[in-house]
Amino acid sequence: MRDVAIVSFAQLPSVKAIDPSDEPELVQPVTSQAMRQVGLTQDDIGFTCSGSTDYLPGRPFSFVAAVDGLKAWPPIRESHVEMDGAFALFEAWVRLLHGDIDTALVFSFGRCSLGPVPDVLNLQNDPYYVQPLGLDSISAAALQAQAMIDAKKATERDFAEVAARNRKQAMDNPNAHIKGDFDVDAMLEEPYLSSPIRKSFCSPMSDSAAAIVLAAGDKARELVKRPAWIRGIDHRTEPHALGQRDLTASPSAKLAGQKAGVGEGKIDLAELHAPFAHQELILREALGLGEDVDVNPSGGALAANSLMTAGLIRFGEAADRVIAGSANRAVAHTTSGVCLQQNLVAVLEGE
Amino acid sequence: MAQHCAVIGIGQTKHRESRRDLSIPGLVREAALRALEDADMTWKDIDSIVIGTAPDMFEGVMMPELWLSDALGAAGKPIFRVHTAGSVGGSTAVVASHLVQAGVHEKVLTLAFEKQSEANAMWALSPAIPFQPQLVAGAGGYFAPLIRSYIRRADAHPDTGCMVAVKDRENGCLNPNAHLHLHQTLEQVKASPMLWDPIRYAETCPSSDGAVAMVLVSEKHADRVKNPAWVKGTSVRTERTIFAGRDQVNPEAGRLCAKDVYDQAGITNPMKEIDCAEVYVPFSWFEPMWLENLGFAEVGEGWKLTMEGKTRLGSEMPWNMSGGVMCTNPIGASGMLRFAEAARQVRGTAEQHQVDGAKVAIGHAYGGGSQFFAMWVVGSER
Repeated sequence: MRDVAIVSFAQLPSVKAIDPSDEPELVQPVTSQAMRQVGLTQDDIGFTCSGSTDYLPGRPFSFVAAVDGLKAWPPIRESHVEMDGAFALFEAWVRLLHGDIDTALVFSFGRCSLGPVPDVLNLQNDPYYVQPLGLDSISAAALQAQAMIDAKKATERDFAEVAARNRKQAMDNPNAHIKGDFDVDAMLEEPYLSSPIRKSFCSPMSDSAAAIVLAAGDKARELVKRPAWIRGIDHRTEPHALGQRDLTASPSAKLAGQKAGVGEGKIDLAELHAPFAHQELILREALGLGEDVDVNPSGGALAANSLMTAGLIRFGEAADRVIAGSANRAVAHTTSGVCLQQNLVAVLEGE
Repeated sequence: MAQHCAVIGIGQTKHRESRRDLSIPGLVREAALRALEDADMTWKDIDSIVIGTAPDMFEGVMMPELWLSDALGAAGKPIFRVHTAGSVGGSTAVVASHLVQAGVHEKVLTLAFEKQSEANAMWALSPAIPFQPQLVAGAGGYFAPLIRSYIRRADAHPDTGCMVAVKDRENGCLNPNAHLHLHQTLEQVKASPMLWDPIRYAETCPSSDGAVAMVLVSEKHADRVKNPAWVKGTSVRTERTIFAGRDQVNPEAGRLCAKDVYDQAGITNPMKEIDCAEVYVPFSWFEPMWLENLGFAEVGEGWKLTMEGKTRLGSEMPWNMSGGVMCTNPIGASGMLRFAEAARQVRGTAEQHQVDGAKVAIGHAYGGGSQFFAMWVVGSER
């Protein structure tokens, strides 16, 4: 297979609300920055792919408007996934394997400030039997966290420690939304949102946009000194119905990690997309990441979570550290669906 | 590209205004099981699933592929969701073919669906967006001015659109899966109510429930069937919504998309080298417009092919032998139905609407404000 690498990454700082802003105003700054960083313009891009969901802005075809943030003239090779931008990166990777084009632009955008996101996410459930129950994303995550406690796999203190660690690491990240040195005991005093989930165990609801440039083979080496090569990438899903799954484990992340080759060498760092603190513990176990792995140096989704973009940002944060030389082999991960139903895992590596 | 890709299984539902007998999972399973049976496969043989549908709001389920994973036997497998407006059915098949051609997966199930009876698509297409004038006209209101512009530029015969409607509905009567089975005379079509001048009611597509699925495989699995359809070329092109340089009557993105697939398939004269075409014609006048856009006629001449009957089944260049979007329109699936019907033709499995000896066919889909295009060329020979 052809070697493909991440060569550039740009993001808008994740904040509570980027306002006012329509799709082109979110997309144009990050896509142009990602291309400019490696001296490219839209005319140099072979394939463009984006990820977003209509249910954040509450209108059909919001991605159509996003195209107006690009110089799509002459007309471009372009596609869109109703998934996190990291899945758009997967499609662009597949496209580059064909060999006829050498560069791809991937972007995504998400504004959680436009609606009640935990309630909106209930619309991912079975519309006939589950949606009427009003299972919002926090309540669903609480079922999973409680299952972990019942299985003696973790305690509430473990969840608080994950949240505190991520937000402390985010203090070095100018793009993070929630950061600081938070006290674990104080977190454990917070009221439950949905037992055993407390506010600090949840990711913030952020607005952001992000873009990545991919390049193949020699083109990647030409654009940057040290490309972040995608050595393996795979995604897997699980049964949708919560009752059909062991919520304390993630067989889909485990399988995707194996296919991506996570275990085939030493991992320096991992950027895991865990919107709830307890999910980081599940993912660490599934991917076989030991204590020596630097997990979420950016602060992860617990420090900044713009839906549909947080996954692509994990890829960008991991790639930036490989490109800069501070890591040699990194894992980037994205999840989708209720309680980690679907997982995408990649291994990024320097030369 | 490294690998050849072949279509070895095709299945579709019976399309109707309302499939109240089926849930959404039941609908997608009906199509998928028929495609698997056609490919002599079971769920276990499938490596990966690529699914497409139009806006999630049409059914009220956000990212429905997560929920439909169970119905499609996706546990432990990759499932991927494409959404590119009206072209989505085509783009979804393109993404699936790329997984095979790139060597990422060998046996891919691709599927598209829409259950329009569970929503009101026309008004979902005209939302009120802050600081923009609301169209309040549905898709027909958007496209009618483009059609008027075409008629003026080409000085087209005013009956052209009605002729397309008569022909496509005639073809639809040969297709047991089609939603509409209507024998209509030219006079009947002309007498139907004017909705958006010059689009009459009988010149519009229906709203349908339906799904379509295909099994795409690499070369080494193609001999599971005796008549694979080989993917000879795929392409997608996009242009902006708001741009003064656009020509929405004859969009540059459509022209480039066609040129790209023809180049890949070695086609220099579409009229001579293509045997038949399934093209996205949701309003009848788009047949002459796309005849020109896709290079089957010179600019301004497309309507003459239609009026001369050359696009009829049995004539020189049959278009929409299955009845097309004019007879069946489950929006998210409409594009993939075009791709699948093109593959059926070169496989020789199109039954009553088969073009004798079809060896090369195109499938086409478009979406948005005539700005997203997806096409493929399929052939009976590798």
